[in-house]
Amino acid sequence: MTERDTSSLPSPSWGGAGGGARSERPRAERKGDAVRPAAPTAPSPTLPHEGGGSGHADTAYNFAYLDEQTKRMIRRAILKGIAIPGYQVPFASREMPMPYGWGTGGVQVTAAILGPDDTLKVIDQGSDDTTNAVAIRGFFARTAGVTTTTSTQDATVIQTRHRIPERTLTENQVLVFQVPIPEPLRFLEPRETETRKMHALEEYGIMHVKLYEDIARHGHIATTYAYPVLVDGRYVMDPSPIPKFDNPKMNRSDALMLFGAGREQRIYAIPPHTDVKSLDFEDHPFEVQRFEEPCALCGSTGVYLDEIVTDDKGGRMFVCSDSDLCEEQRAGQPVDA
Amino acid sequence: MYVAVKGGETAIRNAHRLLADERRGDRSVPDITLSQISEQLALAVDRVMAEGSLYDRDLAALAVKQARGDLIEAIFLIRAYRTTLPRFGASEPVDTAAMRIRRRISATYKDLPGGQLLGPTFDYTHRLLEPSLADGNEPPEPETGVATGEAVPRVTDLLGTEGLIEPDPQADPDAEIRDLTREPLEFPADRSLRLQALARGDEGFLLALGYSTQRGYARSHPFVGEIRIGEVEVEVFAEELGFSVPIGRITATECQMVNQFKGSAKAPPQFTRGYGLVFGQSERKAMSMALVERALRWEELGEEQTAPAQDEEFVLSHADNIRATGFVEHLKLPHYVDFQAELELVRRMHAEAKTGDETDGTPRQEAAE
Repeated sequence: MTERDTSSLPSPSWGGAGGGARSERPRAERKGDAVRPAAPTAPSPTLPHEGGGSGHADTAYNFAYLDEQTKRMIRRAILKGIAIPGYQVPFASREMPMPYGWGTGGVQVTAAILGPDDTLKVIDQGSDDTTNAVAIRGFFARTAGVTTTTSTQDATVIQTRHRIPERTLTENQVLVFQVPIPEPLRFLEPRETETRKMHALEEYGIMHVKLYEDIARHGHIATTYAYPVLVDGRYVMDPSPIPKFDNPKMNRSDALMLFGAGREQRIYAIPPHTDVKSLDFEDHPFEVQRFEEPCALCGSTGVYLDEIVTDDKGGRMFVCSDSDLCEEQRAGQPVDA
Repeated sequence: MYVAVKGGETAIRNAHRLLADERRGDRSVPDITLSQISEQLALAVDRVMAEGSLYDRDLAALAVKQARGDLIEAIFLIRAYRTTLPRFGASEPVDTAAMRIRRRISATYKDLPGGQLLGPTFDYTHRLLEPSLADGNEPPEPETGVATGEAVPRVTDLLGTEGLIEPDPQADPDAEIRDLTREPLEFPADRSLRLQALARGDEGFLLALGYSTQRGYARSHPFVGEIRIGEVEVEVFAEELGFSVPIGRITATECQMVNQFKGSAKAPPQFTRGYGLVFGQSERKAMSMALVERALRWEELGEEQTAPAQDEEFVLSHADNIRATGFVEHLKLPHYVDFQAELELVRRMHAEAKTGDETDGTPRQEAAE
């Protein structure tokens, strides 16, 4: 066997989806690989997002990693999702260079909507500094060269896992959720063939029965995160595993909310100013979590708190889950949370 | 005491640097080369190519090296790379009857045209550790013979001429060839999509499911009609020329299971087929695939659905080890927020139960009781 020079792998940037690959021009020419056929060159539309951004994108990859054909496919799914609020649109999710379950859906949505002038914030559990948020932010800093920020108000695109920022989002912002299991009915009915029918027929009885049984058994609805919502009076939707504390922030939000589930190959959306109602009963209205004490670091109240174990003798302290909010508060900046 | 979690970036960088060092291992030991992996760990490379869905020995060997021998991690590296490659089209169906045979066995006929050819196999080896291998002793050169050039027809074709086995369904030549990696999988999936999913499915998962069919969970009474391993030519139809041209050869393992079938309302008594085809040399995977493939065909053959291996949605949704490992391992990502939400609920319910005890002296009764 002859050893090939594997230090010069064919550039991923010349990839394309389906037959459309032919219309993509390689961004960076491949070097010294005799095995593969030459990349097709014509016709060659100008790739968008050439240059731009404040940082320096790694030019071995197309802007934001995905090739333009794939982004177009994802954008079509996003547009369909926006047109049918809360409906799960199947899309041909790609295998990303990060594991399924670690935000591949959110990453693909972000890659498809990101432009060179965007400012990106990535949070996980409300914090910019958790390792997976750091890794995803680094991924886009490298492949798109966009400006990144930890400041909620400076961001135009915010990718999140498990939280909605405390600061009210504006119409100039898009919130991208990473979704593990997009199907709100999944744990009641494991079969996709069945749940799709149930959505089509607006047959949500089993969800109400489940919530009712919670009340009958525990006196409460025992769902505390990934609490199901009804979007625009039509589709029951899983808001991703955010605490139910965050559910009211989705209702008539000024910001566009996009949800990406990579492994499950689904995209869905809540357009701005859409009614989003958490499921409940007249005699058991929906309630959010309340914390008895303020944040131990910044003193904020009415925000979601993380519990920190301080010793092995029952010592606890509660601090803001939204690390940007906490820092701003401590720096004395006014916040309209 | 609480320290604000900062500096994730440095921690990640250092972790990866340590990983690279551990991958290298003791630096007084020579660095393993890709050709060593490709030649001497050939079956590991085969598995990475098969489940990575990319036929490239060099890249698969690189992936095995980079993944420190963790084959699922190596498959993941190959998949992530593969997805960036353009798709030019589909090849013509591979003609396995014209395979250049390295191994070919049939469990249904003692002798048959083309003969039984054991080839390189672990079968019949005594599984005794071989101390001389540890000393790097060279094995003797293999025996060689002269190729007869005799045709090696597929066993299922031999059965087919007698009309004893169901005909191989012919694909509509005008139908577009679907691609599991470029469209979302929806159910019911047609047979070609099922076969694609099984071909890249996890060997261990398919092995267990195939095994379950043998133990009575959707038993399909299988015989190994034939297993063949060797090189097949891959041809693509060149529009400009108007005919097909070979673009290269791949090693593949094909397993055709011949399954007893007593007949149903939908199909007469006959032998039925279960099919397995895998990149490289992997009989275990090809056989498991053939068993599961046959089990999944219950509906078209009018059988009863009773077992997991027959359940298309269950099998195809869980066969992919890259999805499975990602989602299982994502549990190690932080879940502070959801956990906090659950803590709050459990504490509140405890408090309420306690209050209930104090007021009426009885624990809260569950509605279901």
